Amino acid sequence: MAMAWIWTGMVAASVVFGLVNGTIGAVSGAAMEGAGAAVELCLSMAGIMCLWNGVMAVMKASGMMDGLSRLFRPALCRLLPQACRDPDTLAALSGNVSANLLGLGNAATPLGIRAATRMARGSGGQATDELCRLVVLNTASVQLLPTTVAGVRAALGAESAFDILPAVWLASALSVTAGLLAAWALGSVWRT
Amino acid sequence: MDYSAYLVPLLLAFTALFGVGRRVNVFEALSRGAEEGLTILLRILPNLVGLMTAVYMLRASGVLDLLGDLLAPLLVRLGIPPETAALLFIRPVSGSGALAIGSELMGAHGPDSYLGRVAAVMLGSTETTFYTIAVYFGSAGVHKTRYAIPAALIADLTGFMAAAWSVRLLFGV
Repeated sequence: MAMAWIWTGMVAASVVFGLVNGTIGAVSGAAMEGAGAAVELCLSMAGIMCLWNGVMAVMKASGMMDGLSRLFRPALCRLLPQACRDPDTLAALSGNVSANLLGLGNAATPLGIRAATRMARGSGGQATDELCRLVVLNTASVQLLPTTVAGVRAALGAESAFDILPAVWLASALSVTAGLLAAWALGSVWRT
Repeated sequence: MDYSAYLVPLLLAFTALFGVGRRVNVFEALSRGAEEGLTILLRILPNLVGLMTAVYMLRASGVLDLLGDLLAPLLVRLGIPPETAALLFIRPVSGSGALAIGSELMGAHGPDSYLGRVAAVMLGSTETTFYTIAVYFGSAGVHKTRYAIPAALIADLTGFMAAAWSVRLLFGV
């Protein structure tokens, strides 16, 4: 439902502003252009997105997800010590993190939900500190290969669609660090 | 900035060889993954049709420029290019909306321009925060979210600032 309001708001704002500002002619032209541009964009990013989703699937099939899981387990256990005491929760958690890293959203979400559900047991519907940290970990999007963005860049004629990778990694690392620090700071004041 | 010229082919070759070494039917897995890529695209496309229309209208009406101008004093202080103002608002709420605004930015300024790269890195290093929180807490039966939303939004804001900063650092302006 939120999207209905956002979309209506966007369209209404451009019409009102177009009338007031005298740009309604341009708005009308743009309204005929956007839909075509969307289809064009999707078509021209289809190749690169399919290819890299395929590469991710090969990585998953050859056990790289499990390798990543093992690699990140120690860090996870420091971050979420209580959750890690339960082996099933730990398995779901590390699967969630490594699927996120590989950009496998479809695999990451069910695993994350399973971990969150187990961690929420006995908390009386209240987010524990560890649940908040898990959510921050998932909202900060730490992704090794952002395939959709690379697809858009390739579709628009970027010289090298993946040259933004180091910048994405750096920004992701900083954002997840800031999120966890904020959670830690807020957790010590935000009781009940 | 040549490293990505090696990265892509090396990553492809490594993945293929690693998979073959693990006795995986590499080609079949690749095709299945590619099929999933198509499903993702098919799910994005209908949303994008509506959202790109709205974003193009917003751009043509001048609302986006106005928003950028209004927020410029604050955003410049944070090191965020004011042109990306609309992206900052829609990113935590709608993934397709952010993709629509981001690709409009990349298209208008060029994907290899400073702004185009900042928009791309912003998209790549943040998530649809409110949606994620709703899905996780909703299915776990958590009603009192405590500080999860402010902490996640701090992470988003840091991501936006870091996107602009890291593009400046790695590519120059």
